[in-house]
Amino acid sequence: MNTTLAPAAKPVKARHTRWRVFRRSLRKNWDLYLLITPVIAYFLIFEYFPMYGVQIAFKNFIAAKGIWGSQWTGIDHFKRFFESYYFWRLIKNTLGISLYQLLIGFPIPLLLALLINEVGNKHFKRIVQTVTYAPHFLSTVVMVGLIFMFLSPQYGIVNHIIVFFGGKPISFLTEPGWFKTIYVFSGVWQGMGWSSIIYLAALAGIDPTLHEAARVDGANRLQRIWHVNLPGIMPTVVILLILNVGHIMGVGFEKIYLMQNNLNIESSDVISTYVYTRGIVGAQYSFSAAVGLFNSVINFILLVLVNRFAKRVNETSLW
Amino acid sequence: MKETAIDRTVGIAVYAILGIVLLLVLYPLVFVASASISDPLTVSKGEMWLLPKDLSLVGYERIFTNKEIWTGYSNTILYTVVGTAINLVMTIMAAYPLSRIDFSGRHVITGFIVFTMFFSGGLIPTYLLVKSLGMMNTMWALIIPGAVSVWNIIIMRTYFQTSIPNEIQESAAIDGCSNLQTLWRIVLPLSMPIIAVMVLFYSVGHWNAYFNGLIYLTDRSKYPLQLFLREILIKSEVDQMAGSMDLSVQKHLMEAEAIKYAIVIVANLPVLLLYPFLQKYFMKGFLVGALKG
Repeated sequence: MNTTLAPAAKPVKARHTRWRVFRRSLRKNWDLYLLITPVIAYFLIFEYFPMYGVQIAFKNFIAAKGIWGSQWTGIDHFKRFFESYYFWRLIKNTLGISLYQLLIGFPIPLLLALLINEVGNKHFKRIVQTVTYAPHFLSTVVMVGLIFMFLSPQYGIVNHIIVFFGGKPISFLTEPGWFKTIYVFSGVWQGMGWSSIIYLAALAGIDPTLHEAARVDGANRLQRIWHVNLPGIMPTVVILLILNVGHIMGVGFEKIYLMQNNLNIESSDVISTYVYTRGIVGAQYSFSAAVGLFNSVINFILLVLVNRFAKRVNETSLW
Repeated sequence: MKETAIDRTVGIAVYAILGIVLLLVLYPLVFVASASISDPLTVSKGEMWLLPKDLSLVGYERIFTNKEIWTGYSNTILYTVVGTAINLVMTIMAAYPLSRIDFSGRHVITGFIVFTMFFSGGLIPTYLLVKSLGMMNTMWALIIPGAVSVWNIIIMRTYFQTSIPNEIQESAAIDGCSNLQTLWRIVLPLSMPIIAVMVLFYSVGHWNAYFNGLIYLTDRSKYPLQLFLREILIKSEVDQMAGSMDLSVQKHLMEAEAIKYAIVIVANLPVLLLYPFLQKYFMKGFLVGALKG
């Protein structure tokens, strides 16, 4: 196996030493290589083989003929997707939900962490953390179930409150206009505590002498948050932002699919649910593999671009 | 150093905002718990808003007599136990070698593994693979794909690197421990916090999963709990929204409502019981790994 990434200047020698190091390691740590082999096999079979199998996006997959034997069709499936009625609707919804989520869902955990970090009372801090982390452990099915219960037009407590104040009950879940808001804010409710953990950990890592120094210089609490805490956790924020932007086309399937119904499909149909209904339910394997591949490629490109941008601006990056 | 007026205001604002957040998060949870032991009619009229009213256990009674829910429950327990065991073993098998600086090739292997976080073949090729491996409609379809998480490998590797002194491992090697003995006798006993966190993450993941069951299982007797939950909590609601209401079905509907609240409690009970015990490890384990990784 050629594992060198050495520059062209002195390739032969570098490769030689690397090879020797590897052989020595292999002799001494053969059991470690043995240990990791099943994991590598797992990734080859369940992650890399599907990447190879994605070629059916360019073929007309017929189960009996297998991936190999099926006829090539070039980019027909992609063309069909781009020209279909659903294309722009899917893009609009996928991007719309992601951006909405990024805008609301990204800063809130950060704010929460900054607030929790300011709490002096240990008990209160612990209660806040325990309670806000808890919804993270609810399953998606239960979460969507709760949304339905609370927002139900006849029985839901939210509509009872609206009626109590003289309003008209709103059918939140069949109204396309409400879909994205419900999706994003229920996500905030469920995830803000859990997402704040990583920032809290970063805040705990800030050198206390920085705060001392700022205090001596006459900085008030707000200024210390702004000038000490925020810069201190910036690298973490940037990394998470990169990851989030990289997934901007990858709106998760699970929750949207459960919240989806015929009446709100106009604003709830996203790429992942489309792939599922076309591919798994409709058995149009090649076509939906093409849609999925289109999605993965866009995600990957976005990730690389954002990462490069962050590297240049902030000197923080994933790799 | 004296507190200024601004400092005090900030302090009060912090407590006030967090107090509101606390109530907003807590309220729905308390509401569900109360609703599950209240009379369903009272709840659906909106007369119960915080504490249980007109006590009734009809929801729980219906659950206990529902065979399918218990099928789902025991299936889920099986999938969770087997799945988590495999997850944990695989994660350790990957993380330990990758944590060793004398393990040549670890950068290449790490890259090979991490790449899959950013690019994947997608749903359809994976589905066809699972199908062609003959795992359709077996529990393995819920366990083998996703047998290990890249993210958790990295967290665990970082924990091994940063929390277990290298000297101990080296001296164990000098004393004649093989690599595997070192892992088993030295490293793992020192890694209980991270193992607890991994068990929590993986088991909650299995407990809550429904997607793989949805696409790979056709046999109702193999359904995990979440798929039955989906029928109870979501499908019925959608039917209700679509159709109009008839008074004669009202009683039946009320019971259905009561089941919903009760099932949410029953379904989450194991997680709720596990959570406080494992919570203290979050900071210790998960964070060390996540931050430095």
